[in-house]
Parts: sequence; C-alpha cells; structure tokens
Amino acid sequence: MNMADHAPHGELDKVTGRTTTGHEWDGIQELNTPLPRWWVWTFYATIVWSIAYWIVYPAWPLVKDHTTGWFNYSSRADVAVELAKLDAIRGGKMAALSTASLEDIQKDPALLAMARAKGKAVFGDNCAPCHGTGATGSKGFPNLNDDDWLWGGSLDQIMKTIRFGARSGHAEAHEGQMLAFGKEGVLKPDEIVTVANYVRSLSGLPTRPGFDKAAGEKLFTENCVACHGEDAKGNPELGAPNLTDKIWLYGSDEATIIETVTNGRAGVMPSWEGRLDTGTIKAMAVYVHSLGGGK
Amino acid sequence: MTQALTSKRITVGEGGLIAFFAVLAAYCVLGVIKAQDGAFAFHSALMAAVSAWAIVAIIRRYSARGALPLQEINGVPNYNLGPVKFTAFMAMFWGIAGFTVGVIIASQLAFPALNLGEWVNFGRLRPLHTSAVIFAFGGNVLIATSFYVVQKTSRARLAGELAPWFVVIGYNLFIVIAGTGYLLGVTQSKEYAEPEWYADLMLTVIWVVYLLTFVMTLMKRKEPHIYVANWFYLAFIITIAVLHLGNNPTVPVSFFGSKSYIAWGGVQDAMFQWWYGHNAVGFFLTAGFLAIMYYFIPKRAERPVYSYRLSIIHFWALIFLYIWAGPHHLHYTALPDWTQTLGMTFSIMLWMPSWGGMINGLMTLSGAWDKLRTDPVLRMLVVSVAFYGMSTFEGPMMAIKVVNSLSHYTDWTVGHVHSGALGWVGFVSFGALYCLVPWVWNRKQLYSLKLVNWHFWIATLGIVLYISSMWVSGILQGLMWRAYTSLGFLEYSFIETVEAMHPFYVIRAAGGGLFLIGALIMAYNLWMTVRVGESSETQPRVALQAAE
Repeated sequence: MNMADHAPHGELDKVTGRTTTGHEWDGIQELNTPLPRWWVWTFYATIVWSIAYWIVYPAWPLVKDHTTGWFNYSSRADVAVELAKLDAIRGGKMAALSTASLEDIQKDPALLAMARAKGKAVFGDNCAPCHGTGATGSKGFPNLNDDDWLWGGSLDQIMKTIRFGARSGHAEAHEGQMLAFGKEGVLKPDEIVTVANYVRSLSGLPTRPGFDKAAGEKLFTENCVACHGEDAKGNPELGAPNLTDKIWLYGSDEATIIETVTNGRAGVMPSWEGRLDTGTIKAMAVYVHSLGGGK
Repeated sequence: MTQALTSKRITVGEGGLIAFFAVLAAYCVLGVIKAQDGAFAFHSALMAAVSAWAIVAIIRRYSARGALPLQEINGVPNYNLGPVKFTAFMAMFWGIAGFTVGVIIASQLAFPALNLGEWVNFGRLRPLHTSAVIFAFGGNVLIATSFYVVQKTSRARLAGELAPWFVVIGYNLFIVIAGTGYLLGVTQSKEYAEPEWYADLMLTVIWVVYLLTFVMTLMKRKEPHIYVANWFYLAFIITIAVLHLGNNPTVPVSFFGSKSYIAWGGVQDAMFQWWYGHNAVGFFLTAGFLAIMYYFIPKRAERPVYSYRLSIIHFWALIFLYIWAGPHHLHYTALPDWTQTLGMTFSIMLWMPSWGGMINGLMTLSGAWDKLRTDPVLRMLVVSVAFYGMSTFEGPMMAIKVVNSLSHYTDWTVGHVHSGALGWVGFVSFGALYCLVPWVWNRKQLYSLKLVNWHFWIATLGIVLYISSMWVSGILQGLMWRAYTSLGFLEYSFIETVEAMHPFYVIRAAGGGLFLIGALIMAYNLWMTVRVGESSETQPRVALQAAE
C-alpha cells in the first residue's frame, strides 16, 4: 500500500517471511501481509448474495414507496396465508363454535373434538396460572378434575362461571362468600374451635380430645346451615362448598378451618366476558366440563 | 520553588470548572427544594454534594500544585497514569458488582421466590446488571485502556490536566446516578438506554470531554501515523455520542422531576431504539474492545500485527456495515419489510469484516503460539478472540429471517449475547487488565500467574455452562412455542414452556456463579500485585514501559 512510500524501511520478519510496514508504535509493528484470499472471496459472496436478495425481496426505499422485489413479497400477505392454512386445518369450524349452542357442540363429535382442543390451548394461557396446567388447582384455587363444583358443574353453570367470574366486580358475577364469624364477633374463639372440629367430623376426620359434638352441631345449625345446608352438602347457588366430601379448597387441618371460620373466605375468579370471544369461552367451558367431573 | 509558586496562574480549565460546578451546585440545590419526586430530590442532593466537593478539590489541588506537570522529562513523555489507575480499579469494582447482580437475577429466573421486594425484584435488577457490566465494567475498561494506549502509541502525555479526571470521575458518577435510579424505579424503559433525561445530559457533557481529551492527545502525538487501536477507539467514542443523542431526545415533564417522554413515536421509536441497541453492541462492545485487542495482543505476544492491510479494510467495512444492521432486532414486526431486508443483508455482509479482526488477532500469534502454554494472560486474550469469532458468526446467522423466526425472543438470544459478553468482552478485558495493572503500578509482574490460570479455567467452564444451557433452552423454547397439534392449536401453553426452562436456568445461574468466582480470584490477584508486587526498577517512575 502507499504506506510503503513514506515508510522508512520495512524489516523482514523471519518467522513469517513478510516485511513490516516500517512503522512502530510503543514497540508494536505491522506486517505487510496481503488480505487472505478466502476472506476476500467470502466477503464478495455475501455482497453478491445480498444484492440478489435485494432483487428478489422488498429492499430499498424510494421517494414515495420502496422496491417491491420480484414477487411482491409482503409479510402481511404471508401472515394471511398462514392463518388461512390454519383455518383449513381446523376445518373451518371456528365460526360454528361461536354460533352453535353448548348442547349442539356436545352432540357433534367433530365440533366437540375441536372445542376441546381449542379449550385446552386457551386454558393453558388463561387459566393455568391459577388452576395449574393439569387443572389440578392449588390452595384457594379449585381442582377442576374432581366432580366437586362450587358453582355447579353443568355446561351452562361452568360457562356462566367463566363468563362472569366469582366476586370479580362484574354485575352478573357469583357473589356469595364465607362470612368472617370470628372477626365480626359472631362466634367466640372457643366456639370456633368447637365448630371447626365438628366440620372435621363431617368427613370423618379425627377431632380434638374433649370435643363436644353436640355443642358443635348446635353451633353449626345456628350459623352454618343457611348456606352449607342441613346435610352440610353445600349450595352451588351460593358457592358454599360441600363439607362432607374430602375435598378442601383451603385445607382440612384444624388451624386452617379455624382461620376460615374466623376471617372468612372470598377468593376471586375473574370475568372473561369481553376479554375472550364467545366461541373461545364456549370451547373453554366444554374443555373444563370434559376434564372429568362435568355434570 | 518560590519562583514556580509565584509564577503559577489559575488555568482556564480550573477557573471554568469551578464556575461550572458552582452553577451545577446551585441548580441541584434548587432541585432538592423543588423536586417533583423522591428520586430526583435524592439525585439532586447527591450532585449538589459532589459539585461542592469538586470545587473544594480543584481549589486544594491548585494551592498544592507547583507549575503544571511537564509534557516530557528528559525527552521521555510524562505519561498521566492517575486516571488510568482510577478507571482500572473502578472496572474491577463494577465488574464484580455487575456479575453478582447477574447471578442474582439468573437465580431469580430459576427460583422466582428470590424476588424479595420492589427494590430488588427482577425488573429493577435486570437493567442494573446490564448497565453495570456493559457501561460500568466495560466502559471503565475502555476508558482505562484508551487513556493508556493513546498516550503510549502517540508518545504524548494525555491532553488536559483536569479534563481526564472530569471524564473518569464524571463517568462513574453517571453510573451511580443511573444505577440508583433503576433501584428507585427511575427508567425511560428503553433497553440499554434506561437512564432518564438528566443522567443522559450528564453523560453527553462527559462524553464530549472524553472525545476532546482523546482527540487532543492524538493531535499532539509524536508518531507520524495514528495506530490502528486508536482508529477503533475514535470510532467507538464518536459513534456512541451519535447513538446516545439519536436515541434520547426526550422532553422532561418538569426540570425538577425524573420523568420524561421520548420525541420519537411508534415504529420509528422502535427503529431508533434498535439502531442504538445494535450499534451499542457494534461500537461499544466490538469496536472499542477490538481497539484493546489491537494493542494488548501484539504487546503481550511480542509479535507484529498480522496484516496492516486487513486492519484498514476490516475497520472501514465494519464501521460502514454495522450501522445498518439494527433492523434485524425487529424482524416480523410492524417495521416495513424493506427495512427488515436491509437489516438482514447488512448483517450477513458484516460477517467477514467482523472476522477480519479475529484473523488479525489470532494470526498475530504466528511464531508465538508456544506462549499459550506458559502465559495464561495471553491465553485469555486469544480465547476472547475465538469467542469473538464465534459470536460474530452466530450473529449474522441469527439475523437471517428464517433462523430469527425460531430464535427471536428466546433464550438463544441471551446465550448469544453472553458468548459475546462473557467470552469476548469479558476475557479481552480481563487479559488487558492483567497486563495493564503491573504496567501502570510499576510492577515487574503479576502477583500470581497460577491464579490467572485458575481464573481462566473456572471462567471458561462457567461460560460453557452458560451458553450451552441457553442454546438448548432457547431452541427448546422456540420449538415449543411454534408446535401445533393436528387440529391446528398450540401444543404447549406459555407456562409449560416456562416450566421446561427451569433446569437450564439453574445451569445458567451456576455458570454465571463460576464466572463471578473467577473475577473474585482476579480482583485478589490484582490487589496483591499492587500491594506486594516487586517494583519494576528498570524504568524511572515517570516513564513506565511494559514489564517485558
């Protein structure tokens, strides 16, 4: 390069057989090695490839528009094609899903399979954070695989729960709640211990030594049957759980039941109306209904 | 002596800086009084205190000094090494801070229960990590080495007396303002450009002084030509200034509050952001660190640079092509197709210019390969170049739209960034600091080469665990996201993909932990080098040469 013109004298580097440029900075010299051929050719190849790509695809801005390439590629058109393909795979059943009634969906095996598949996908992204990916629930969030339903397990009831939620703030949401018998001063602490042990006895759980079952029953009748029923089997109208099965939303140990009776419970299920379209909510209802416990 | 004292005058720099800090202190006091939010009040109070300290420090320095330091002593340049020492120390400090926060946030991803309260949750610590490692650690390494290299390769004392100190202290103060801001929730929510308007302004002033100091030093050089490392430093300093201004034109809600709004809107804002973000990689993390490579590898290997011609061609090709590649961060978004095409093709064309630096770095070892067996510092520098080569192949590959459709938004991107960040930027910085500390502190050699060897192997193992776990995790994630059932619905819910990531997140955190342990070993080694290292007696203190 022209560097050599005014370079004092390049020295021969014995290891490489190349000369240096004759410059030195703080002891550092540079060799006059030419560009590696493979490097140059690969660089040219990437440039040629890029020019070819610019010819085929939209690439350069013009005054008002841009070059559109050989076949007018557009990623928007691409998305439309992909979505059409998806609709073809789904057999065009998405529209049917939003118009058909829940009963009709149940009767049409193809539509039912589609609704379950869609429901599963939607469940994973919307419901799983609380109910778990397998819908097995956790403390405070019901298991949807058993046949125990706080707000009813028919298709219509599940659909209503999904649409409006429970204590969600929606005007049509389920509103019943477990009262705070301790905090509100309705029951004294020792009465709460008694009633908690009575509740445990309903599903055959052991009770504390010296527990007075008659006193417990009396307290239960006076305070709890209005919602949980005389047989303690609950009331889906109010979201009052069945206390005789062995399914517990918050836990069956004495301390948890005491906490429930003392402070009450009012878990929230959000309303999905308006957030998800009708077809999607139907698919979700059908999927949840199919999980094992649908009535 | 008396003569010198009576003839000394206050310099323009001294007088000007006192006036500057007086005005700044007044504004900051007003800022404390009229602050719209707690964070702004805190930052104003901090800056008012620092301004007052700066005025006192300048006056005390003036009254203690004789005449200004000589440019040369006995024909040897009187190098100004104070700012180099300061930034080398700060680099090590911020490095350990930044790596520690990295390990914490990696652990938070693996075990979300570790998010303990708003100040230290993932959302606030993540920008603290990225800024601490890129701008605080990387930035201090760049300033330390650039101030050293430009003096040595120009055979000239650093321009200005207070200006270099203004740059190094100001830059670190900017980092404190930015970092404490993140913890207090102050952010403009632009990735790698999170600091709010007042921190941006502060950096602008500091950066201009940095540029001037660097250019003025080059202008008074005693060498006929400008060494290649300085081209890269200059490209880094100038381009970062342009990027910073382009991506941060914000309008503050109040001149006494921390919140501001960006002038750009919609997809233009996104394009500006990634033009900035990608070129922060290109000019901060690539050009700047290539400058380090171009000085420290030939110096340490004691071999001439492989090809002068390649250094010219790849320099101009690199800086011309890099600036166009940003749109590859916005593939398949609202960005127009033509812009995506340009971003992708320029990324492909960037492959060879990037590799030019790798070739020049590796081939400089011709005739000195045997030193890799005995010198773990050189090994670290060479392995950094190998990681550079790997990342700059992976980058263009990931910029190809069809590859990007799998890799984008996944952990693969995180792995790619860290092969560059830990392998290239981290190792080349470690190598440079291992060289620089004995040189500037006038020590014959490092305290322990054995400890460097331990650092090398522990950190290398950490990097391998980190990037291989993120490759597997990222590709798995990408495949799970795009999997459809035969009926045409997504096979996996998002939360299932999160569950699948867990083991890889644990491995990644372990890899990061090893990298941090390596850095702690390094800090101890450098500390002991300065504390107990044998003084290099062959050179006078004023003119330090490499301990060769």
